Amino acid sequence: MTSYDEHPTTGDGAGAPPAITPGDVADASRLVSFGLQPKLLPARDAEYGELVRRYRDDPGFARLADAVATGLGLIVLEVSPRAGMAVAASEDSVFAVRLGEYSRRAASESTDRFLHGLAHLAVAALAFPRPEDLADDGYLGRITVNGVDTFVRQVCRRLEEQAEAEGANTDPVSDAPGLEAAWRVYARRSATGATKDARRLSGSTIGIVGKAMSFMVDTGFLQKTSDDSGGTFRTTARYQLQVRDLAGSAAMAELLALGVVPISDGSASLLPPDPTEELVADAGLPFHSS
Amino acid sequence: MTTSADPSTRVSLGPAADEGLARRLRALACTAPLHDLDSRKANLAGEYAVYGMAEVALSAIDLVTLQMDFDTGADRDQVLARLQPRVAAQAPQRPWTEHERVARWVLESLINVGSVDRGFRAVYGTFATDGSYVRRDYDFKLIEEVPGPDGGVYLRTTDEAVNVLVGALDTDVTSAQIAAEVKLEVLINRGRLADAQLAAEQARYRTVQFAETLRRALEATRRNVRAVDWMETVPDLIHEALEHIADRYRHENAILTNIRRARDESEDPEHKRRAAELVDIVKDCIRRHTQLQTRLLEAGPLFRAEQDRQAFAGPTARSGLDLYGQLLAPLLRLPLEHGLRVTDAFFSSAIGLRTPVSVRVTDLVEVLLTPPVEREHLGAELPEPDLLDTPDDSRFSEAQLEAAQVLLDLPPDAPRRLSGLLAEARRSDPELPYLVALLAVHAASPSVGTAYRQGEERLLFAVDDGARLDDPEFGGADLIVGSALLDAAGMAAERAEASAPTDPPARALVPAGRKPHHLESRP
Repeated sequence: MTSYDEHPTTGDGAGAPPAITPGDVADASRLVSFGLQPKLLPARDAEYGELVRRYRDDPGFARLADAVATGLGLIVLEVSPRAGMAVAASEDSVFAVRLGEYSRRAASESTDRFLHGLAHLAVAALAFPRPEDLADDGYLGRITVNGVDTFVRQVCRRLEEQAEAEGANTDPVSDAPGLEAAWRVYARRSATGATKDARRLSGSTIGIVGKAMSFMVDTGFLQKTSDDSGGTFRTTARYQLQVRDLAGSAAMAELLALGVVPISDGSASLLPPDPTEELVADAGLPFHSS
Repeated sequence: MTTSADPSTRVSLGPAADEGLARRLRALACTAPLHDLDSRKANLAGEYAVYGMAEVALSAIDLVTLQMDFDTGADRDQVLARLQPRVAAQAPQRPWTEHERVARWVLESLINVGSVDRGFRAVYGTFATDGSYVRRDYDFKLIEEVPGPDGGVYLRTTDEAVNVLVGALDTDVTSAQIAAEVKLEVLINRGRLADAQLAAEQARYRTVQFAETLRRALEATRRNVRAVDWMETVPDLIHEALEHIADRYRHENAILTNIRRARDESEDPEHKRRAAELVDIVKDCIRRHTQLQTRLLEAGPLFRAEQDRQAFAGPTARSGLDLYGQLLAPLLRLPLEHGLRVTDAFFSSAIGLRTPVSVRVTDLVEVLLTPPVEREHLGAELPEPDLLDTPDDSRFSEAQLEAAQVLLDLPPDAPRRLSGLLAEARRSDPELPYLVALLAVHAASPSVGTAYRQGEERLLFAVDDGARLDDPEFGGADLIVGSALLDAAGMAAERAEASAPTDPPARALVPAGRKPHHLESRP
């Protein structure tokens, strides 16, 4: 990966392939190290901006930087002035976040693990409600902690109503917690709770969603705009890339492996599985296919 | 777990009967936390047997239900404060801190603070379609904590709790409401106000329950247009609700007119009081309806604005993954163990990265040896307040008041002259005569009306017969002070009959036209 025989568009030599100097490697590594500071943007740092520009203009340098990143166990999602060097950690990388570090309770309790994962998925689903939003580079999602919680609760309630209408007994079988419907796990967890100090109850769903969002602020995925509705955030380019190019497809692959999602005909979006959920035509709403 | 049963020995009466049984079992389970309170009180440190915990709990559910409004739930501190009088009444001799503790314990038990879900779980068994016996978990909450608009935590009662409270398990809200209203009207027409009040209170619970159902639907609409069917379901819902409000409003206004008439025409004070309470309840119902109506009218414009915003956003050329439709919605239908695989995959690839921290020993030594920085967030030290003892400026002490009252506790057949009382008082305490004189002057114009209303049996009075007081400290009339026995039973009977209790019989004790002389202090 580090070798190349292409003519660089810029460089010191004309015609002959330029040799890689230790200085180039240092610059490439420097760029990667900038990428590891997710909150830093090229617009805010002249050196970072210059390296990003060089990455885009100089394929040789770009390959070198990619190679450094790969060696460190990083996946390069995009290098651009808006996102900087957006890198994600591969699974076994030292940069990967382990579940136990994220939440000790989630590591031991499967219901809590599910709720934490679901919170992240729900944040993404509400940040990019329509398929176009996820595809549109200029789109900024706006989400609130309470909004995400209420949204998921609402979906759960509709599932509950459907189950009731079908006459199904959704109470799970005792001693087989794994067979409980996923929506029930969320629905029965309390939304919030009073604590002795004024902090959020960490085991409540608002607490779990709030933790997900504040964690994403640290990883440069969200920016906090206000404290309204339990915390209001907007998305960053990095988050969109991460969801679009990595997480969405990983989760989809898992879902497909379970045989759940019907094979799509390649159109933009799937309808919700239940035809009774059909909504107003031309409303431009994300629930239905265009 | 399931156990397969031999079909020949099956006891199931068929799926319908079993479903009914399951429903009743669930209803029964909702009352279990209340019974549980009374059995668990023995485990509390201290002697708590006097308290009727289930009673306190039901009253707490009442308070939360009546206090919760359209937007927020009930305030926790207010609920606790209003709960306390009932707890205190159960054991008046105990300290108020204990009452507070009991109220808090009951409320926290109803929320089930100890559990991670903050809810309850009951296990019951049903027969599955294949005849096997299945044990199922029923999860429910009685009081849940919800976020308020100001970021605080509020309390709301769940549908289960309201059902337990009203005692009408699993009933249709609208029909129950109509039934309660009709009942109320009939009862008022018959003049049975005590029953009417009960019915009105039940009607109010129904109203609250109805508002709660609508609130949830509207809240979802507001936040998330796409989650709600705006072609049929919601317009129908709004239409139905508006019709309901118009209907109830007419109905309740009619009831209000009726009760007001009952209140104004009734001669029985008890009836009057009940009617007045009913007026308040019905007014509250009307207020809640008006509030609901406002929300309903706001819903349409809100939907249109939201639709405009989303419909006219320019379409993009590319389209990506539909996170909700393709991922989240199907995921929530899955059983937990399958859903977990999907969320794990999403979590591990969406979580981002962290930069590991590596520590150099030299840094570590420095960090460990640095003395901790004083925490600044505590703010400036408060100056010690310079407190002065408020001087006790009461003219007389409690003991003196008691002594004076003993002195004035005269037998009804033996009134005494004020001069004699003053002299006796002076022997025990030089200050006491002033208090005795003061009380005697008060007795010259006894509060007969109050004594009459409160049904007291005796009354201190003082009469001026023209004799002059000969005393080194006081001047004026030498009053005759005595106790008058009041005919409590007769007065009660008269109260019941009298339309306007203005002239009580005790008035005759004070001779007309003889104004008591004012006492003046001698210089």
